[in-house]
Amino acid sequence: MPTRNYDDHGIRLFLLAAAVWGVVGMSIGVLAAAQMAWPALNFDVSWLTFSRIRANHTFGVIFAFGGSALMGTCYYIVQRTGHVRLAFGKLAMFTFWGWQAACFLAMLTMPFGITQAKEYAEPEWFIDLLIAVVWVSFAVVFFGTLARRRIKHIYVANWYYGALIIAVALLHIVNNLALPVSLFKSYPIYSGAVDAMVQWWYGHNAVAFFLTAGFLGMMYYFVPRQAQQPLWSYRFSIVNFWALISVYMWAGSHHLLYTALPDWVQSVGMVFSLILLMPSVGSAANGLMTFNGSWHKLRTDPAAKFMVMALVFYAVSTFEGSMMAIKSVNSLTHYTDWTVAHVHAGAIGWVAMITIGSLYAMAPRALDRAAVHSTPAMNLHFWLHTAGLLLYVISMWTAGVTEGLMWRAQNDDGSLTYDFLSSLIAVQPYYVIRVLGGLLVLSGMVVMAWNLWHTAADARAGHIKPILIPPPEDIPEPVHDQTPPPLPERA
Amino acid sequence: MSSYKHWEKLEKNAVLLAVLIAIVVSFGGLAEIVPLFNDAQTVKPLPGVKPYDALRLAGRDVYVREGCYLCHSQMIRTLSFETQRYGDRSMAGESVYDRPFQWGSKRTGPDLARVGGKYSDAWQRAHLLAPREVVPRSNMPGYPWLAETKVDGDSVTARMLTLRKLGDPYTDAEIVGAAAAVLDKTELDALVAYLQGLGVRAQP
Repeated sequence: MPTRNYDDHGIRLFLLAAAVWGVVGMSIGVLAAAQMAWPALNFDVSWLTFSRIRANHTFGVIFAFGGSALMGTCYYIVQRTGHVRLAFGKLAMFTFWGWQAACFLAMLTMPFGITQAKEYAEPEWFIDLLIAVVWVSFAVVFFGTLARRRIKHIYVANWYYGALIIAVALLHIVNNLALPVSLFKSYPIYSGAVDAMVQWWYGHNAVAFFLTAGFLGMMYYFVPRQAQQPLWSYRFSIVNFWALISVYMWAGSHHLLYTALPDWVQSVGMVFSLILLMPSVGSAANGLMTFNGSWHKLRTDPAAKFMVMALVFYAVSTFEGSMMAIKSVNSLTHYTDWTVAHVHAGAIGWVAMITIGSLYAMAPRALDRAAVHSTPAMNLHFWLHTAGLLLYVISMWTAGVTEGLMWRAQNDDGSLTYDFLSSLIAVQPYYVIRVLGGLLVLSGMVVMAWNLWHTAADARAGHIKPILIPPPEDIPEPVHDQTPPPLPERA
Repeated sequence: MSSYKHWEKLEKNAVLLAVLIAIVVSFGGLAEIVPLFNDAQTVKPLPGVKPYDALRLAGRDVYVREGCYLCHSQMIRTLSFETQRYGDRSMAGESVYDRPFQWGSKRTGPDLARVGGKYSDAWQRAHLLAPREVVPRSNMPGYPWLAETKVDGDSVTARMLTLRKLGDPYTDAEIVGAAAAVLDKTELDALVAYLQGLGVRAQP
C-alpha cells in the first residue's frame, strides 16, 4: 500500500483560509452596519460606499469563509468516514488555490462596481467561470474519494456534502447565464419577472444547499464525534435528507410574495415553505437529541457548546423562515430589517456556530495536537459570539417590526400615519446596537484566529506526523440495519 | 422494517445516490421557472413599455453598478398601504427590459418603482451628490463621483447591441444614434434621466 496516511495538507490550508476570510468578511460587515448608523462613514469614497461593499460582506462570509470551511471539512470527513486517502490530491490542491483566487478576485472587483447585481451572485461572468471550474473539480475529488472508500456504507454526512455539490453546481450555472458585453459587464439572459424567479430560486437555495445542506453535513459528522454518542436516529437523518433537498427547491418564490410574479408560483412557494418545517426541525432535533447522555460535556467542551447553540438557532431561524413565508406575515416583514434579523439568526447563529464548533473539533485532529491551544480563549469566543448574536438579532427584530408597523399604520380617515423617513429615524438606535453586536462577533473571530494560529504551531514548523489510515482489519463494518458506530477517539 | 432494505442499497451506492439527488433537486425549478418563459403576463411588455433609450440605459447601468437596489425596491406590492404610499401596483409587463431585474429585497429607503417625476431634476441631482443637504436625517451615502464621470458612447452602443442579441427590440437608428445621445453627458445626468423615467409609461 503506497498511501497509508490521510491527505490533510489542503484541509489545514482551508482551515487557515476560513479563519482569515471570517475576520475579513465580518470586518466589512461591521463597517457596513456602522455606515447605516452613521452615514458619514461612507467618506464619499466610491469603493468604500455601503452599496458597493455590501456584496463584499455577504460574499466574504458566505462563499469565502463558509466555502473554505465547507470544502476543508468535506475533505476531512470523506476521508475519515471512508477510511481512505483523498483521491486526486493535486486536484484537491487546485480546488484550494482556485477557490481562494475566485474569492480574492470577487472581493477585489466588486467594490469597483464590477458586479452582476444579482444578490449573492454578484461576481461578474469571468469569475463565475472560474467558480464553475473549481466546483466541478471539487465534485471530482469528492465523488472520486467516495468511490474509493473502504467502508461500504456511505455515512450520512457525505450525503449532505454530495447534495451541496450537485445542487450548487446546478444553481450557479442556471442563475449566472449571461451574455458578456466586455470583460467587466454582462447582461443576464433572463429579464424582469423571469429573472426575479431565477434569482430567488438561486438565492433561496444558496441558503438551502450552501448554508444548510453543507453545514448539516458538518453537523452530522462532528456532533456525534463531539458528543461521543451515535446519532440519535440514523434513519430519521435519511428521511430528513430526502425531504429537505426535494422540498427546499420549491420554496424560493416566497421571496416574491405580493409582487408581480404570477400568483400560483407565490402560493406554491408558500406551501412548500411550510412543509419545510418538518425536515428542518427534524434535523435540528436529531442533532440535539444526539447529546442525550452527554450534556455534561457542555460544562467542559466549548466546541460542544457552539454546536448545541448552533442547533438551537437552526431550529429557531428555520421556524421563523417558514412563518415569514406565510403571505399575511410576509406583508409585514418583507423589505424590513426583520429579514436581516432572520438571515443573521441563521448566519451568525446556525452557520457560523456550527462552523466554529466543527473547526475547534477538527483543528487539533488535523494539526496533530492533543487539544486546541487555549480552552479559556474558546470559552471567551463562545460568550463574545453569543452576546453579539443576541444583540444583533434582537435589535434587528425590533427594528423590523417597527418598520413594518409604521409603514402600514393608517389614520381613521384611511390616510397613512407616517412618512417613510419617520421609520428610518425610529430604527436608528437599533442600527447602533447592531454595530455593537457585530463588533462582539468579530472580536470573537479574532480570538479564534489567534487560537488556531497557535494550535497550528507544530504544523507551521513542519514537524507533524501524517495521520495513518486504520488498517483494514480495524475497519468497523456496520451491522445490518445498525447505525455506524462512532469512530474511535484519537489517542 | 423490510422496506428499509431498499434504502440500504442507496446507502452503499455513490452513483445511484448522486443521480437520485440530481433528479430530486431538479423538480422545483422545472415546475416554477420553465412555465414563466411561456407566460405572456411575465414576458410581454405592457403597452407603452419600450427598451431603455441610450441615456436611460446608461443611467440604469449606473444604478445597478452602484448597488442602489440593496436599499431601494422597485416593486409596489398588491397591498393597500403600499399603493397609497407609492402608487399603482407594479406589473410584470413593466420590467420585461430589466436585466437584471431591480425589484429589490430591502427598503432602507423608499420604493422607487414610480419615483419618475415626483421630484425635480435639480432635487434629484442635489440629493444624489449629498443626500443630507436635502434630507437631513437620511442615511443614504453620497455619490459625488457621478458628476465627474462622462458616459462612454462606445460602451453604451456595445451594451445596446448585446441587449438586441438577447431579444430587446432596438432599431438600427437607435443604436447608431446612441453615442450622440450620450455625448457630453455625465453619469449623474444619465442616472437622473433613468430615475425620472421610472414608472412613467410613454403611451403609444
